[in-house]
Amino acid sequence: MPNIQELKNLTIQVRRDILRMVHKVNSGHPGGSLGCAEFFVALYQDIMNRKDHFEMDGIGEDLFFLSNGHISPVYYSVLARSGYFPVDELNTFRLIDSRLQGHPTTHEGLEGVRIASGSLGQGMSVAIGAAEAKKLNGDSHLIYSLHGDGELQEGQNWEAIMYAAAKKVDNLISTIDLNGKQIDGSTDDVLPMGSIKQKFEAFGWIVIDIEEGNSIEAILQGMAEAKSKTGHGKPVCVLLKTEMGNGVDFMMHTHAWHGKAPNDEQLEIALIQNAETLGDY
Amino acid sequence: MKTYENTGNKDTRSGFGAGLTELGQTNENVVALCADLIGSLKMDAFKANHPERFYQVGIAEANMIGIAAGLTIGGKIPFTGTFANFSTGRVYDQIRQSVAYSGKNVKICASHAGITLGEDGATHQILEDIGLMKMLPGMTVINTCDYNQTKAATLAIAEHNGPVYLRFGRPKVANFTSENQKFEIGKAIKLTEGSDITIVATGHLVWEALEASKALHQEGISAEVINIHTIKPLDDKAILESVSKTGCVVTAEEHNYLGGLGESVSRVLVKNNPLPQEFVATNDTFGESGTPTQLMDKYGLNSKAIVKAAKKAIKRK
Repeated sequence: MPNIQELKNLTIQVRRDILRMVHKVNSGHPGGSLGCAEFFVALYQDIMNRKDHFEMDGIGEDLFFLSNGHISPVYYSVLARSGYFPVDELNTFRLIDSRLQGHPTTHEGLEGVRIASGSLGQGMSVAIGAAEAKKLNGDSHLIYSLHGDGELQEGQNWEAIMYAAAKKVDNLISTIDLNGKQIDGSTDDVLPMGSIKQKFEAFGWIVIDIEEGNSIEAILQGMAEAKSKTGHGKPVCVLLKTEMGNGVDFMMHTHAWHGKAPNDEQLEIALIQNAETLGDY
Repeated sequence: MKTYENTGNKDTRSGFGAGLTELGQTNENVVALCADLIGSLKMDAFKANHPERFYQVGIAEANMIGIAAGLTIGGKIPFTGTFANFSTGRVYDQIRQSVAYSGKNVKICASHAGITLGEDGATHQILEDIGLMKMLPGMTVINTCDYNQTKAATLAIAEHNGPVYLRFGRPKVANFTSENQKFEIGKAIKLTEGSDITIVATGHLVWEALEASKALHQEGISAEVINIHTIKPLDDKAILESVSKTGCVVTAEEHNYLGGLGESVSRVLVKNNPLPQEFVATNDTFGESGTPTQLMDKYGLNSKAIVKAAKKAIKRK
């Protein structure tokens, strides 16, 4: 298992991948991707107990579902750098005939992806289904999922949140990327959601806060705690407080980079702030 | 001409229930989900026999479709059950992304389809579901005609790897196909041989087509009745073979003429052998409350309407 420094180095490389991917095609979603880089790296390199090759059924390993599919750049980068497909393929992001579609999909057979996502609000239901299948199969591995905070405005989530608690889906850890931003502005401006923590708790979930959601150490600690809470009759929610655009100073503290790619000059500045560690694709 | 005996009216949804019950015993990967309509969908026996494989999701159809998609990822074969309206229109995007686009092996089983739902009225009488489902790439669309066929189809779709929409209904209708038939997805069944008109019917309208063929026979018109239980993939070959002999066609379905079986048949004709076609279907309208028989009469979905359409098609030859 990689040490903390290695995870940090990989995170920087993942940031470079994200920036270069969206820059090349002048489209995609860098903000949320950068905000979740540490989480994805920690998840795939440390937290999840997963096989080194891809099987759709995922029996006998932990599984991850990305519900907010627009942060595909970070997902693709970490999948590739975790060995699911060649890192060079990141070069094809959003291009014609690519397996790396704008939003993740199983349609082109990309290893590592088990469900299409992009239309928001559907991933928790799918994760619950996969968790129920694990129980039926007597498979004690866990299901992880990630959702945007703005995404919780989609009603299907609340059907799923209600179900998971009612039916004791306690092999599920759903993480909410609490960056407080969505396309049209801050979540508090667009549609204030009140206390997400209290809502999950009221529905019967165990809630774990990770205040420093861009710290590898904090994520490892928080997710270890989350894991320890599984198997106790309740689903587990992790509230991961992140900074959208993390690691690139001009992309932070704004929602402007939700779905906008940097230009040549901006890319250069962003890459200087994230010097190559493991080698660009 | 070949005739068929009604062995006693039965509802197609009970055929689904019987099929699902059998699958419970024979295929341990089959799981079932229901959104608070266990009795209506006849899923009680499966639930009683296999509580560990049955998921009551409450009145939350979107969640149900997503959970079903997730269950396939552990190798399960989920059958979801609710009314046709809530199986399709209400959850279209969930089916589109989490099931169809993701290529998941989910069987969407929909009861109370069409106008014969009856007294509940238009909010529940979906007449657009075949269109919605057949437009989804990779989706198989099946609309069975009686109890026996619905049971056979339920068993068959468990063996088919891929998303399926199975449509059936509420009222008790004639049960006339053979009891232990083998159901072949995509294979049309020629029920009667005829030379003057082809009647391509699906669902509850198949029996009406047979009744129409008898009435036409009395008037010296020879009708070939084809039972199209699978609307997608459509058995183009069977339709073309028949119309090459009869020279015209009536399509009959409990669905809007826009987007239904009729339009699928039109496409086959236009591309291969343009011939007169008449549509027995609803005319771009919502339904209303009433008994199934009254509604089928008012909306022109019975044997009488098929006879009229057949004569019109023949005149256009």
